[in-house]
Amino acid sequence: MFDTLTLASLSPEDEALRPQIRAFLSRHLDGLPLDRRARSWQGFDADFSRKLGAAGFLGQTLPKEYGGGELGPFARFVIVEELLSAGAPVAAHWIADRQSAPLILNYGTEEQRRKYIPAICRGEALFCIGMSEPGSGSDLASIRTRADRTDKGWVVNGQKNWTTHAMHSDYMIALLRTSGTIADRQAGLSQLIIDLKAPGVTVRPIVDLNGDAHFAEVFFENVELGPDALIGTEGEGWKQVTAELAFERSGPERIYSSVVLLDAWIAHLQSVGRTDAHGLVGRLMTELAALRAMSIACTARLVLGESPVVEASIVKDRGTTFEQELPMAIGDDLAAHPDEVVSDDLHRALLYVTHIAPSFSLRGGTREILRGIIARGMGLR
Amino acid sequence: MDINELLEPFARMLDTAAAPALVRAVEGGASAAPMWQELLESGFLDALVAEDKGGAGLSLGDIEPLIEALGARAVPLPVAETMVARALLADAGLAAPDGPIALATSATSGQMVVCALVAAHVLVDTGAELILADIADLIVTPTGVHHALAARVAWTGRPQGQSLPRPAHGLRRIAALLRAALIAGAAGRLIEMTTAYANERVQFGKPIGRQQALQQNLAVIAEDAISARLAAQLGCAGGPTGSLVAAATAKAMTSAVVARIAATAHAVHGAIGVSEEYDLQLLTRRLHEWRLADGSEGYWHKVIGEARLADPAGSIDWVRNAVFA
Repeated sequence: MFDTLTLASLSPEDEALRPQIRAFLSRHLDGLPLDRRARSWQGFDADFSRKLGAAGFLGQTLPKEYGGGELGPFARFVIVEELLSAGAPVAAHWIADRQSAPLILNYGTEEQRRKYIPAICRGEALFCIGMSEPGSGSDLASIRTRADRTDKGWVVNGQKNWTTHAMHSDYMIALLRTSGTIADRQAGLSQLIIDLKAPGVTVRPIVDLNGDAHFAEVFFENVELGPDALIGTEGEGWKQVTAELAFERSGPERIYSSVVLLDAWIAHLQSVGRTDAHGLVGRLMTELAALRAMSIACTARLVLGESPVVEASIVKDRGTTFEQELPMAIGDDLAAHPDEVVSDDLHRALLYVTHIAPSFSLRGGTREILRGIIARGMGLR
Repeated sequence: MDINELLEPFARMLDTAAAPALVRAVEGGASAAPMWQELLESGFLDALVAEDKGGAGLSLGDIEPLIEALGARAVPLPVAETMVARALLADAGLAAPDGPIALATSATSGQMVVCALVAAHVLVDTGAELILADIADLIVTPTGVHHALAARVAWTGRPQGQSLPRPAHGLRRIAALLRAALIAGAAGRLIEMTTAYANERVQFGKPIGRQQALQQNLAVIAEDAISARLAAQLGCAGGPTGSLVAAATAKAMTSAVVARIAATAHAVHGAIGVSEEYDLQLLTRRLHEWRLADGSEGYWHKVIGEARLADPAGSIDWVRNAVFA
């Protein structure tokens, strides 16, 4: 069962990137407080992303011809592992680097590739993904927002919701209905690149339970787009989105979202000299190691040019379960020692992750949807 | 070398030599000698012995799929243990006996040893040396657990037998890797059996595998089995001189998923799964036995946690260095 997920390893060339990105991070992240670092890939800093791009750390998987590093998915794995370990604010470039640029490379025209990919590699073109709508979450095929053909290209009407960092992004790659009705389900859907500065686009940030605004609702009112807005093939949007989600679900960010908190807790245990948490620490390290092996195994499928849809669902479901367990286990351990002083930094990071953790198994496909995909991959139903 | 070239003939041999009916017979007290003779003649027992000493010169990482194949068939003999013992004996310049060799990984007399009832020798780790003891020179007491081949093994003073050097971290580290691969193999087979059964068994007018509740549970144990397999592969890749933490991770991860995999496999199968005539129990009983053998997840978690807290590195760095190096 799922024999394709087998032990793989990073090459010395990929590992050689590690000291370089480390040196960069120690220069640029010094002094960033713990609860900011605990925001991990939710932390938005466009300036930091541009610096990463200028230093050549974006677009590792993309061809040199378009400004990329042409090093492959394992190089990106190493860079991402270091970014997340340090708690770098990566949200600004995250989506573009991870999935928008590969999508444009795979399905875009030459003109679209030249327009967007070099800018993404410089950290200058920020992308968001327009999937969910007010009435369409897990049931993505029920979306209603439409793009209709006009003499000059396309006109878009409707609304996207819960779109991560739409208010800071330059472009949205949106899944839209281009023909038929919602009764046609997956048929008649297409992906379009929408310039979010176009007239008729309104973006309203949504504040979350931690006081952060990382997602938004986006309204489209007769938004006119050129014919080159279509990415890939008209009517093939569902297939393209499925392939894109394999990129979104397989990465190490799906196992490392809480790792800054984990490290802070371990530093706390070391500083107070506590020895009664060995079992819990060992259990968490065991799961972390197995997940890393799983994520590398999944990345190896990307290296082979496959679209590991089911494997990525396995990594994400397992990874987010671990990410969600961390704040609960750490909270229990700390509060099981009520006479021990916990720093404000650690306390804030703990509660931040505790509060945001439910979103880990929502974004990019809910746990229940992923398990349905895995079950189908097992040959059930 | 492509291990699949070895795995296929090995698995084929096991499918006949250790068919479920034969496994049951050995568990029920029939002689394991014919089964062992086939294994001995196959040459696979010297897979880990160096080439210049007449073996195949393979590493533990190379043969991990073979150990999984043993686990998947609930082979009622200490085959992987004998492979390791024969390599250690060859390294020490000693001739290996023909019979099955079990591993005693604690220096304590009276410990539980997997497959002791079908072993001809036990390789005992005294903490200072390894001693190859003839089973006739040990006190072997069955546990009274139905069809169990593990037994209590005791001795007085120092066990009798040839002495050989103790590898770093002793036999327990190696046994942990073997158990991990055995569990991974059995877990994978259980997932296949359970998925197939869920697609066949009809209730409420449709296969039970169409019920979302079942699908969700089966997806979770599939993830468990994959975690187990990767952890076993990762640990075995470290080989005989690999880190203690990598072996600990392999045994802890595989042991930790046993409870849920066995429980879900039984839940999906319903009553037939706990019947003696159905093969599921051959695997689930092994899973529990191997989880408890040579340190459960609780034992190895503490080993890992202690090593982790002694190191100031960040967790990703630590895992990379301690488990993946």
